[in-house]
Amino acid sequence: MSETVKHSLMFAFVGLLIILDGTTSYGIFSGTWNSALGILNMGLVSAIMALGVNLQWGFAGLFNIGIMGFTALGGLAVVLVTSAPTPGAWSEGGIGIIMALVLGAMTVVAAVMITKKMPPGKKRMLILGAVLIGGFFAYRAIFDPAVSGVEAINPALLGSLGGLGLPVLLAWPAGGLLAAGAAWLIGKTALGLRSDYLAIATLGIAEIIIAVMKNEDWLARGVKNVVGLPRPMRKEIVLQEDPGFLETVASLGLDPVTASTLYVKISYSLLFTAVLLALLWMAQMGLKSPWGRMMRAIRDNEVAAEAMGKDVTRRHLQIFVLGSAICGIAGAMMTTLDGQLTPGTYNPLRFTFLIWVMVVVGGSGNNFGSVLGGIFIWFFWIKVEPMGAGLINIITSGMAEDSALKAHLLESTAHMRLFTMGLILLLVLRFSPRGLIPEK
Amino acid sequence: MDFLNAIVALTNYVMIPAVAYGSQLALGALGVTLIYGVLRFSNFAHGDTMAFGTMVTILVTWWMQSMGINFGVLPTALLALPFGILGSMGLLLFTDRVVYKFYREQKAKPVIFVMVSLGVMFMMNGLVRFIIGPGDQRFSDGERFIISARDFKAMTGLREGLAFKTSQGITVITAVVVVIALFWFLNRTRTGKSMRAYSDNEDLALLSGINPERVVMYTWMIVAGLATIAGVLYGLDKSFKPFTYFQLLLPIFASAIVGGLGNPLGAIAGGFIIAFSEVSITYAWKKVLGYLMPENLQPDSLVQLLSTDYKYAVSFGILLIVLLFKPTGLFKGKSV
Repeated sequence: MSETVKHSLMFAFVGLLIILDGTTSYGIFSGTWNSALGILNMGLVSAIMALGVNLQWGFAGLFNIGIMGFTALGGLAVVLVTSAPTPGAWSEGGIGIIMALVLGAMTVVAAVMITKKMPPGKKRMLILGAVLIGGFFAYRAIFDPAVSGVEAINPALLGSLGGLGLPVLLAWPAGGLLAAGAAWLIGKTALGLRSDYLAIATLGIAEIIIAVMKNEDWLARGVKNVVGLPRPMRKEIVLQEDPGFLETVASLGLDPVTASTLYVKISYSLLFTAVLLALLWMAQMGLKSPWGRMMRAIRDNEVAAEAMGKDVTRRHLQIFVLGSAICGIAGAMMTTLDGQLTPGTYNPLRFTFLIWVMVVVGGSGNNFGSVLGGIFIWFFWIKVEPMGAGLINIITSGMAEDSALKAHLLESTAHMRLFTMGLILLLVLRFSPRGLIPEK
Repeated sequence: MDFLNAIVALTNYVMIPAVAYGSQLALGALGVTLIYGVLRFSNFAHGDTMAFGTMVTILVTWWMQSMGINFGVLPTALLALPFGILGSMGLLLFTDRVVYKFYREQKAKPVIFVMVSLGVMFMMNGLVRFIIGPGDQRFSDGERFIISARDFKAMTGLREGLAFKTSQGITVITAVVVVIALFWFLNRTRTGKSMRAYSDNEDLALLSGINPERVVMYTWMIVAGLATIAGVLYGLDKSFKPFTYFQLLLPIFASAIVGGLGNPLGAIAGGFIIAFSEVSITYAWKKVLGYLMPENLQPDSLVQLLSTDYKYAVSFGILLIVLLFKPTGLFKGKSV
């Protein structure tokens, strides 16, 4: 069996799992197309995130564990681009907030300039300190009243700057751009560091991005969440009142409520598949090009690549920005799919480390591997719970019905997920470190 | 102007909490730095090792409480602590045997070790949540305060109260004892010396007949002890929640790196630097300044530089600044 056939069979197997989930309710399968398509949609988003991580780790060997942060920035972009502008927010304090942020950025730039231009010594320390402290208090003096002005506008429903009210599909590239901008800033400071320092730095930055999104209510309502974000297709309720749609559904013999949810989910699947294919094509082209070969050369031996005249730091920065942008796009797509931005739900185990499991299991360095790993591991992540419940039921079948241990075990099946994912990661790293579809 | 009250307020809200938190971070960072020195990788499973050890301690504490065993005015958890240490020693030696040993023999790159430790982190995290659940657990008992705010006010007649919790006192005393014991062990005993030799120069150490597996085994055992003690002290002082322990990883790493990875003295200094900056930057200084400034100059705002939700941002900011200007940390650390 040739490699291509083998790998196609793997994709077919994952497809079969999803089809089975839609058609049969035997064992772990749910038997409803709604849930099967739900898994597929999130799987496609995960596959895109895995592509981004693979670009950084598989191509260039950059160990980024701050994916959660870039995903969240993508979600933030959706709110900033699509939601309706809050009436009066800009006059109440929006301008002030922007001015304060510009002032803050200027302070940092000034501090960097001073450090670079002035000779080291006591004088530099004093001026630097004065600039930083003065800048900080000036920033707070403009920022605080502006923020309380914005947050005072109808806090139960609005209380934030709102967005631009643009079409939702624009938000996806915007998410990529926002994540890319953040990645450029982070890369500029942290990419010179050693591999495990870079890991810790990215982990920390992701936590800070989430902390900012949770606490800055003027930005996107913080933990009060933004709900009811616009969608690229018609809503279920609108569909159920559309006579044309009802007629088509009736001729197919379907229930209008189910049909409308399926319509929405299938539209998402098609959109996501299109984005995934476009990104996959680009990643493949990049991998095969001289640029891709250079990246792998840098990954395998930095010193040799540098000796050949390659600018390692710049190339690292470039691929760090590109990979993070892909994660941002995926984050924006996910927020659109959910229809809401809930900063409280971002959790590094789910949004960073799970993506890493996908890349490692799929095969780092291979784009198709990442896509396969993304969808397969997502399916598994959803299905570990019913599997665990089944397992525990078998184990505890001999115990008395009212046994406290049995109740505790059944209650805890939800936590089997993390354990199983860790186990999969360790087994793959140990016995098949090149993953399901190895790098060529 | 009221210096005495200002000093009391400062001690109560900044100094005591920061010293206690700093001791907990220092113990955690010592574990990270030892692993880095001997096994040469950043152990991402450290936070969850702390959680596991604490969990065992909590379970034993509950059992002791149900049997009516207690430790008088001190928390029962201190009696249960040795069991927690034994539990996490067992777990760490087991993971070393089945997971890390393979990669050590392969001489895998440090980044592979880090990824493997991520897998271990996942499994430990899942295990802890599976056994004790993801919720908050409080397990402190005994006397709550050494000095309570009311007693202090009655004793001194000052307006400002000063509270000194038992957990804080225990934290500081335990940390001092543990650190002295650790340095005695590293500097005076044969095993400790061989650990330092192995960490400084692996090849030379092997040449002089040091058994690497023994060194690694002792390191894991010491790390298990440090992690469990740090975890239990943190849990007594605040509360136990698996996710919080995972998040502690960030300030702990920051402490170890700020001090210089691989340098035990640096880890302790780093822990206190991080703790003091976190507490003082997120504290609202209004009260202290109110005592110090003349009536008409007193601040209206809270004079809080950053809200408490940004405490991780503070530790991280310090980490970044140190890394940019002194990449091997304040004390000389090592780099692979």
